[in-house]
Amino acid sequence: MQRMTLTLAALVLASASASAHAQVTVSDAWVRGTVPQQKATGAFMHIAAEQDVRLIAGASPVAGVVEIHEMAMEGNVMKMRELKGGLPIAKGATAELKPGGYHVMLMDLKQTLKGGETVPVTLTFEDAVSKKTFTRELMAPVKALGGATSGPHSGQHKH
Amino acid sequence: MPPVIAHHSPRRAALTRLGGIALAALGGASLLACDKLAEATGQRAGFRGIDITGADYGREFRLTDVDGRERTLADFRGKLVLLYFGFVQCPDVCPTALTRAAEVKRMLGPDGDKLQVIFVTVDPDRDTPEMLRQYMAAFDPSFVALRGDAERLKATATEFKVYYKQVPTGSSYTMDHTALSYVFDTQGRLRLALRHEQTAQDYAHDLALLLRPA
Ligand SMILES: [Cu+2]
Repeated sequence: MQRMTLTLAALVLASASASAHAQVTVSDAWVRGTVPQQKATGAFMHIAAEQDVRLIAGASPVAGVVEIHEMAMEGNVMKMRELKGGLPIAKGATAELKPGGYHVMLMDLKQTLKGGETVPVTLTFEDAVSKKTFTRELMAPVKALGGATSGPHSGQHKH
Repeated sequence: MPPVIAHHSPRRAALTRLGGIALAALGGASLLACDKLAEATGQRAGFRGIDITGADYGREFRLTDVDGRERTLADFRGKLVLLYFGFVQCPDVCPTALTRAAEVKRMLGPDGDKLQVIFVTVDPDRDTPEMLRQYMAAFDPSFVALRGDAERLKATATEFKVYYKQVPTGSSYTMDHTALSYVFDTQGRLRLALRHEQTAQDYAHDLALLLRPA
């Protein structure tokens, strides 16, 4: 049943700027559920780019702060860092934001995120050439905490 | 307060040397030495994780559970113990590790009851007992969460060669931390360090080996 949730692709809402900037497609988005009082969690997704773009920011009504993060193992130590310059996505490439790699970090959460709910997320991209920014809105389903494996990490965090 | 640990167990010369190296580089590099050790002993025993049998660290803990009771390793004698250090606000590695632990428990079948998963928070300021209670319940009601004040946490992490550090991000902070799962056998002896990159199958394989009569 969790698989069903997983295969529910993120509903990418058509935004006003969509036709002007059709450079990215977001799919397979999901947010990890939380317990009460928990203030942070991650959103994961695939982002396909038709042009060189950079994911530079995020926003969500459920979070006070949204950052673009990288998780990496150094030795056996887990380190998580904000990608200060954003996440570059090359033309024709698909960035996988998944456990063990990149995620959109939702912090200062205003509510508990329960399995089956959906979380609106707005992503801001910068066109690498024109430097113009544009946004994508998506509804990311919440996957219940502990509900399923996030998959064994294939070991690689970088492409 | 008694010290967290009092211990004198037989040590192997190799492990004592290893301990020195690991202590000197308490952080990312420390397990490189263990990997060498795994080559020497782990493969012989057939473990997929790092065999640290006879290690001169990680012998005991004294921490508080979500009901306020003091717990030590001896409380779990007779069970395999899988001990993991992490924090609730972790978006990725900790929930992945605990989800895997729950899966491993299922994979062990009837022997799943012989596995006790213990989560030690490296973020006791934010991880309240109530939050930890609900967090564990989300993965498996049998999982135990333990916490200690800053001093107790530091002593425990030192005993287990576990690195943890607050790192500011935005208006908040996150925690860098060692993401190994330590495994004790049913006699309460530290036996294995399992890596985060390993699969549930790898974990279940090694735990089943430990349950097999010698
Ligand atoms: Cu993060």
